[in-house]
Amino acid sequence: MQLRVDQVEKSFGSGRSRKLVLDRISFTVNTGEFVALVGSSGSGKSTMMRLVAGLDRPTAGVISIDGTPVRGPGSDRGMVFQKYSLYPWLTAAQNVAFGMELQGLNRREIRERTSYFLEVVGLADAARRLPRELSGGMQQRVAIARALAAQPRVLLLDEPFGALDLQIRESMQEFMHDLWQRTGLTALLITHDLEEALLLAREVHILAPNPGRIVRSVAVDLDRGDLRHLRLSPQFLELREELASCLRGMEPALTPAP
Amino acid sequence: MARAKDLLHHPWVLGLTGVLVVLLIWTLVTSLRLVDPLFLPSPAAVLAAGRAQAGQGLLWADLLASVGRVLGGFALSAAVALPLGIAMGTSTVINRLLEPLMGLIRYMPAPAFIPLLIIYFGLGELPKILLIFIGTLFFNTLMIMDAVKFVPRELVETALTLGGRTSQVLLRVITPCIAPQVIDAYRINMAAAWNLVIVAELVAANEGLGKRISLAQRFLRTDEIFLGLIVIGLIGLVIDLGFRLVMRRACAWAN
Repeated sequence: MQLRVDQVEKSFGSGRSRKLVLDRISFTVNTGEFVALVGSSGSGKSTMMRLVAGLDRPTAGVISIDGTPVRGPGSDRGMVFQKYSLYPWLTAAQNVAFGMELQGLNRREIRERTSYFLEVVGLADAARRLPRELSGGMQQRVAIARALAAQPRVLLLDEPFGALDLQIRESMQEFMHDLWQRTGLTALLITHDLEEALLLAREVHILAPNPGRIVRSVAVDLDRGDLRHLRLSPQFLELREELASCLRGMEPALTPAP
Repeated sequence: MARAKDLLHHPWVLGLTGVLVVLLIWTLVTSLRLVDPLFLPSPAAVLAAGRAQAGQGLLWADLLASVGRVLGGFALSAAVALPLGIAMGTSTVINRLLEPLMGLIRYMPAPAFIPLLIIYFGLGELPKILLIFIGTLFFNTLMIMDAVKFVPRELVETALTLGGRTSQVLLRVITPCIAPQVIDAYRINMAAAWNLVIVAELVAANEGLGKRISLAQRFLRTDEIFLGLIVIGLIGLVIDLGFRLVMRRACAWAN
């Protein structure tokens, strides 16, 4: 499988009020890869994700999967939103089963896959609980299980841990890394958190704001044996600092130069 | 001591106290003859009127007639408002087409339609049921439409990225999501249905609680008027509690 984003542009409005949000974005995600787009607010990263998901159409350029252009949302691209995406009237298990039910899988398969994926995200015990009875981190894990259970070819993660507390965010990053290693999933992550991108993705694209454009792409080749050690390792910190200064360089100055 | 405090905190206790206080004042005022009994009959007199009407079977016939009209008209309104409200909440085209029209008709007082309905459909059940239908349809529809507009976008888009079709989004995401607001809208607008049935019966009917009140006025039977009002209030209360019960049972997730 190859997800290909080719010279994609997106602008909102028309005429004089027309605003270019994404400027000639190109990148690819192949089976088994974990790719991240990092950018501050205004870099159009969420817009980019909506285009890949098929929830919006690009103004120019093509997004395709194995050569077939994306024309709308579909189950080949499973999405995990930042928050509020679990169905509050369904239990955790029913939420996980939801996509498979929409696709018309048979009951037995749904039941088996539901318990398998709840197990994968470590929430087998919470199967019968309603979303409001789950913590924020657990809710996001259910959302990830639900997306995975629908068998997408690529998982789209739109700031999936952005609404969580720092500590939970870190444990969720470790969970996500672990999940990627165990299941060999293919993922596109969008985040404003450089550290998160470097921890999880093998390829990181840095988006500059106004209009959003890729200014740097880095292959991240680090030893990910232990994420906790990795966070503190010199190479990691060096790379993070280098890219952070790249990101900072693009921010409009907060105070005028003396 | 602690138990008495707990008792006081039970939601029903204070409410019941309020009702009892009014009953007490009513009893006192009438037993001391502070007001002419013609204007303010005693609770006992109202109770006696109730016994008499129940004995003659009048009370039950009236109840059946009024409740039947309310339920018929309101069921029709609820059944039409649900798909219409969802359509208006999800489709920009339908919304732009219908919202100004509904905004206009909504401000026409439903009782003002009575003369027209009588001309069209005579004095039978149909005009009364239609009056309730007209008088509640627009409120039901607009409240459901608003509920649809507040369905979080993520819930709809998640279904789409899971491979859901439009019909599945409507039936499996939007409908369950708005269920609590729909039940609440029905509960609130049911009160309007009761107002309308009484108005319709005051104007033209052979039986019904409104008709009974109007007859009682002709014979200066204030005890029967009081009886009618209290019965109407009690039925309204029962229906309201019924809706709340349905809500608590069916939409536990929303509480």
